[in-house]
Amino acid sequence: MECSFGLTGKDYVLLCSDMSAGRSIIRMKSDENKIKTLGPHLAMAYGGEPGDTNNFAEYVERNMRLYHIRNHYPLLPESASAWIRRTLAESIRSRKPYSVNLLLAGYDTTTTKPHLYWIDYLGTKAVVPYAAHGMGVYVSLSTMDKWWFNDMNKREGVDVLKKCIDEVKKRITVHFNFNCILIDKDGIHHIDIESEDPITELESQQPKETLVDAPNPPLDIGNVGVTA
Amino acid sequence: MELNGGSVVAMIGKDCVAIASDLRLGNQAVGIASNFDKVFPVNDKLYYGLPGLATDVYTLREHLRFRVNMYRMKEEREITPKTFTHLVSSTLYEKRFGPFFIEPVVAGLPTPTELDPHPKPFISTMDTIGCITTPKDFAVAGTAADKLYGVAEGLWEPDLEPEDLFETVSQTLLNAVDRDALSGWGAVVHIITQDKVITRTLRARMD
Repeated sequence: MECSFGLTGKDYVLLCSDMSAGRSIIRMKSDENKIKTLGPHLAMAYGGEPGDTNNFAEYVERNMRLYHIRNHYPLLPESASAWIRRTLAESIRSRKPYSVNLLLAGYDTTTTKPHLYWIDYLGTKAVVPYAAHGMGVYVSLSTMDKWWFNDMNKREGVDVLKKCIDEVKKRITVHFNFNCILIDKDGIHHIDIESEDPITELESQQPKETLVDAPNPPLDIGNVGVTA
Repeated sequence: MELNGGSVVAMIGKDCVAIASDLRLGNQAVGIASNFDKVFPVNDKLYYGLPGLATDVYTLREHLRFRVNMYRMKEEREITPKTFTHLVSSTLYEKRFGPFFIEPVVAGLPTPTELDPHPKPFISTMDTIGCITTPKDFAVAGTAADKLYGVAEGLWEPDLEPEDLFETVSQTLLNAVDRDALSGWGAVVHIITQDKVITRTLRARMD
């Protein structure tokens, strides 16, 4: 009972996930954040077996952080997707596989291109302009097929996302609350998808106010580790 | 196989070979991506296709790239299609009791040597555990394999020139995948000749 989707635009990528947590037909929580920020311009929406999901998401998060600390620059989306895919592919043939599906969204600061990857628990990776996981696929994929187009600006992107959410609310009996982020050149921003015009709100505020913190603030590399 | 869908076909022509695949990646009946290439180059005379479980497509491709690079460095020469087929075969058989769910197809032109100045075009195919078949006409694999057999049997003829081979392999693939719900969503064709490789993406039915 979960639902997440993502879409790319001209110079940004949107990622959206439901916030329910529970077992079978019982919802125990409706404000669980199921989007993990993995770096300054990288985030993933994850779902699957409860327990595996958080465990795997934290494992990925700390490895991304480790790479950042060791190399003084974060792993680019393409490379991060390859690492995550490989981790899941090795896991699926192990004694106790992770049962986690995810959408990986990132903004490549070197090429200024947005990236979106559809990855499932088998280690299947698809490079896609828009994608969905969970119950949302049956209604939101066709909505995005109809409304998505190349190089959308932020308002157009949010409009398509809203159409998807409306469709989910209309056609799926389960009620969902949604949590939404936007990644662009400035970093990861939280978006209030329920509001009338989230992009105006985003632009009217100071960039810092909407920013979602990456795992630990970046290290000041000038002062670290260079003794002797 | 039936989880992600996808098909590959290879054909022999006159001093040329063709290999083509569809571009669909699905999750059972739901289409996920229409840019999932299943045919990869080893060098400019040798290509291979990996239809089957998509996670194994990536894994096997990474594995083979590593092994071919090791071969290239140790031997200081390019791998021949026949040797490459045996490399793929033994890679698959290593996983005999927990196989990669992939049925590879290899297509290539051996480089002329002193011993064999006029080598024949080469295609081969394997099952999931690496049992090799080396046909002298065409090789098919994937979810539309049964349909591909039918169309290829009707369209293929010996000694096709590169452009005629392109037409034959394209028509074979498109008409077969249109009858298969798990394959299609675009196609890509490679024609390998002694002096160049022609790669074309085909427009296909997107349903």
